[in-house]
Amino acid sequence: MSMWEYANPKLFMSWTRPVLPWAFGLAGLFVVVGLVWGFFFTPNDFRQGSTVKIIYLHVPAALMAINAWVMMLVASLIWVVRRHHVSALAARAAAPVGLVFTLIALFTGGIWGQPMWGTYWAWDPRLTSFLILFLFYLGYIALWEAIEDPDTAADLTSVLCMVGSIFAILSRYAVLFWNQGLHQGATLSLDKEENISDVFWFPLLVSIAGFVLLFIALVLLRTRTEIRARRIRALEARARRA
Amino acid sequence: MPDLGNYAREVLSAYAVSIAFLAALIGLSWRRYAKVRAALKKVEKNG
Repeated sequence: MSMWEYANPKLFMSWTRPVLPWAFGLAGLFVVVGLVWGFFFTPNDFRQGSTVKIIYLHVPAALMAINAWVMMLVASLIWVVRRHHVSALAARAAAPVGLVFTLIALFTGGIWGQPMWGTYWAWDPRLTSFLILFLFYLGYIALWEAIEDPDTAADLTSVLCMVGSIFAILSRYAVLFWNQGLHQGATLSLDKEENISDVFWFPLLVSIAGFVLLFIALVLLRTRTEIRARRIRALEARARRA
Repeated sequence: MPDLGNYAREVLSAYAVSIAFLAALIGLSWRRYAKVRAALKKVEKNG
């Protein structure tokens, strides 16, 4: 069986139904364990004090804000090339999730920045590109809502998604591209010397896993909703024609 | 409760607001899911 057959709406609805409770259950477990571990059972940092605990929210949210857009880009490209409705609807379903993760990253970054940098906000390359990514999420969601014909909406939002991908990439690599501004480099590194201490690293990994699983669970749930909403529109259109 | 020192307000507000955003996202997603599912059942029954 070809992998594309899983994008058939009927098949998608049947395989996601049993997966959904597991996805939400695992996501809840990992998010709760990651955040409780990070908040209650990790020490304060010798320089940052207790603000280091914000890392368990900020890093996973920022990571998923960018990765959600990457997922939307892949789904949009599949729509443009292969015209699979489920992929266009999955991209639509992911946008509000990515928007909320971006909002959390911006908010927690500002809250952490005030005591550490002396300001909630600076027009730093990474912060600015993240703000633009947030605006792209808003524009993407608004465009879907503004266009009545779903195929036209999918086409135009796919183009917007491709343009917005530049800012998703910039958000990720802004620190390296410009090498200036307040925001530090990557928190996580495969280099043991550069990486954060294990005492912060392990709960952060659990929290990241939780945010990834939560994203998957929410996208599956919301895609199922979009498929049903599309079916309602199709049935109503058929009834009007009859 | 861990000792949050001078930054208790910042840390607690970061957690409170983030959890509120996540809860709202999950709650609203499930609410719309249930609403659309019920609407589809109704349309299919009538059609």
